[in-house]
Amino acid sequence: MKKALMMLLAVLISGLVFTGCEKKASASTETTAAAAVDSKAGGTLIFARSGDSVGLDPGRETDGESFYGSTAVYDTLVEFIPGQTAVRPALAESWSFSDDGLTVTFKLRQGVKFHDGTDFNADAVVYSFARQFKKDHPDYDKGPWKYWGYMDMDNIVGDVIAVDEYTVAFKLLKKEAPFIANLAMDFASIVSPTAAAQYGEEFTNHPVGTGPFKFVSWIKDDSIVFEKNADYWGNEVYLDRLILKVIPDATARWLALQKGEVDVIDFPSPEDLAEMKSAEGIKVLQQEGLNVGYLALNCDKAPYDNKLVRQAMNYAIDRDEIVAAVYGEAGAVAKNPLPPTMWSYNDDIKAYPYDPAKAKALLAEAGYPNGFDTEIWAMPVARPYNPNGKKVAEVMQAQLAKVGVNVEIISYEWGTYLDKTDQGEHQAAMLGWTGDNGDPDNFLWVLLSEPAAIPPAGNIAFWKNAEFTELCAKAKEEMDQAKRTEYYRQAQEIFHEEAPWVPIAHSVVSVPMKDSVKGFTIYPTGKRVFTEVWIEK
Amino acid sequence: MLKYILKRLALLLPTLFGVVTLVFFMIALAPGDPARVMLGERASKEKIERLRADLGLDKPMSEQYTLYLKRVVHLDFGKSIKSGQPVMSEIRERFPATVELAFCAMIFATLLGVWIGVLSATRKNSWVDLTSMVGALFGVSMPVFWLALVMIMIFSVGLNMFPTGGRINIRYYFTPETNFYLIDTFKYLFRGKPEYFLSALHHLVLPSIALGTIPLAIIARTTRSSMLEVLTQDYIKTVRSSGIKEGRVIYRYALRNALLPVITVIGLQFGLLLSGAILTETIFAWPGIGKWLYQAISARDYPAVQGGIIIISTCFVLINLVVDILYSVINPKVRLQ
Repeated sequence: MKKALMMLLAVLISGLVFTGCEKKASASTETTAAAAVDSKAGGTLIFARSGDSVGLDPGRETDGESFYGSTAVYDTLVEFIPGQTAVRPALAESWSFSDDGLTVTFKLRQGVKFHDGTDFNADAVVYSFARQFKKDHPDYDKGPWKYWGYMDMDNIVGDVIAVDEYTVAFKLLKKEAPFIANLAMDFASIVSPTAAAQYGEEFTNHPVGTGPFKFVSWIKDDSIVFEKNADYWGNEVYLDRLILKVIPDATARWLALQKGEVDVIDFPSPEDLAEMKSAEGIKVLQQEGLNVGYLALNCDKAPYDNKLVRQAMNYAIDRDEIVAAVYGEAGAVAKNPLPPTMWSYNDDIKAYPYDPAKAKALLAEAGYPNGFDTEIWAMPVARPYNPNGKKVAEVMQAQLAKVGVNVEIISYEWGTYLDKTDQGEHQAAMLGWTGDNGDPDNFLWVLLSEPAAIPPAGNIAFWKNAEFTELCAKAKEEMDQAKRTEYYRQAQEIFHEEAPWVPIAHSVVSVPMKDSVKGFTIYPTGKRVFTEVWIEK
Repeated sequence: MLKYILKRLALLLPTLFGVVTLVFFMIALAPGDPARVMLGERASKEKIERLRADLGLDKPMSEQYTLYLKRVVHLDFGKSIKSGQPVMSEIRERFPATVELAFCAMIFATLLGVWIGVLSATRKNSWVDLTSMVGALFGVSMPVFWLALVMIMIFSVGLNMFPTGGRINIRYYFTPETNFYLIDTFKYLFRGKPEYFLSALHHLVLPSIALGTIPLAIIARTTRSSMLEVLTQDYIKTVRSSGIKEGRVIYRYALRNALLPVITVIGLQFGLLLSGAILTETIFAWPGIGKWLYQAISARDYPAVQGGIIIISTCFVLINLVVDILYSVINPKVRLQ
């Protein structure tokens, strides 16, 4: 048994000696790096995240973690401007709509090569899209191409055609301005047709694109390694290597950042944020997420068929208290259905203040001087836009009791909850939405228009306002962004006056990192882009 | 002996059939429509119907069960709904990590546990005995995730002795073959890259201790009580009176007999570690099967859950078989029954 103890000691000692070695090694790399101090180029960035990618073929996946990986390798025809929801040219240099609005023609960037050395051209674009929706395409059965369906692309795109080597035309089935924003999403990434044919089913584990980083290796549930694409068509990529490392536990991620093993961490636990902000050598970037959590008041059911009652609910619920009590650092109070990072967000709208007296007066005017009994449905699961539905409901219950509204809190298993709410079985129900393409249409049309109020409904307030729907429909067909902005701003005013929801909160995304990490921008759409990131030596 | 082993192997079949059936019905009867849960907020009715058809959930349960049995017999667990990859290859990529960790944790727990148990038994009621038994109580009752985080804070962030997680220094860009890192890196010991092996070993220390603490405590307690019982038996007195050295009496004569219940406990604990490593794997960013299975359960990835549970249960049953065989090797009385 003494031997056993000796072995254990040996392991411990080897550990100690070994850390010593590692430290020395890192010190020597630092000195070599110091020589190139005037350059932003060089270095390895380790990004610690909570889960692994499911697959790296962006057309097939739906989860953010998969896109973290594919975004590094792939480009899209248009891309989001860093930190914004508006788009700019990327692999397409320009695009134009035909007069009837049903054909969009893209002029492609020339001289761009895929990581496997093949040319980026119109055929590659056609391949990347055709495989997702043409049922006779040889690679169609490699799907399911889920996001294509999520974005309703089957009802938007009729065909995609290579006009010449560097021109591609999309034939649309209807006038749909948000279509351009859809093309900035990951599922619309342009993949190398040669590599897709070469790898077949394994393509999802060997991504080949035109993007800022080339794929090197992937150990499942552990790490994905990328290296710089020296021939990138855009600005110079600074990082030599990018590593996406999985550390599932939020506290363990924070400890790894503190120790310096990783450079940037994802999804910090909100309780740690105060400590992170004050920690030496650490900074925290924050921005509202592209989502909204709300309480939908079912306009098909009394008493919420009465506008005054809906407004009273908005006055009687104190959102500040809810955010402080339940969201903490992870939320910001909402006043509009759109998140503040979205273009056309109407900041001139004044939020309903917390005013129980005003609420009581409105209820009296509506014929409920002594209040009423109501159900509030609370989601059983944590979502980014609402970390704890039941706790939010309890705070509301206490607040509404003060104006005579008696709340019964109801909850179901998540699948059942979604089924029942989209059929309109509730009086008032909490839910939320996370945006995809950064287009206001993706919120206002999906969640509040008249067609969305037909079960199974996205509009679970069952609010049917002709004027609002008309504005959103016009904005869908209008290609001029300034005009669209005006329509959406008006639509938000109608929403505010009619109050079909009590908007609760938007999540706040926090990204802690070392001070030495520069050029990192939070993308509202949830993309993680490292193209412009560099490390201060 | 061979007959005994064959008999035990034959008995495995009904056990495994039970496991397979139980797994199927536990999942099939769980509340909530998996298609709905998987598609979430943005599901339309047609999409849900299509997914249900893809998953075969629209068929009657008896038909689903027969199809499922047929596939399991061929060791085909289907494709993971989440990733679209064959479940078997997903397991193959992750199971070695868990086995390696559980194995190291058990070596740690067994060597230290038996030693502490013997020490306590031979010095009954001394301060050594009291301290180790209080320690053992502490060990079994401590939440693993808490222990793991405290160890990282002290030994990794504070004293800078160990990495916070992972299996090997990520900057080595090491590509595994078998996914048993100690095996994969071993050959580099003689190829001028000993740091690979050392790094893999180094990364194993904290997780092994965290995972091994509960088994360590249980093994120590079992060894102690078993030793105390054996030490009072007549044959020990006989051995002692014949003038054999005390150390030899303890380790050669007493421990050998006292180990029987300890081996059972070790076998059971090893089986439990294979499935119970979720927390340790999560904290130490250990890409094993525990966390994978946990994620599969939350995503209602039925094929993955079924495959994972069946593989783990099979290992559990096999380990028990090995323990029983060992038992009969050490104690011939078992063979006669």
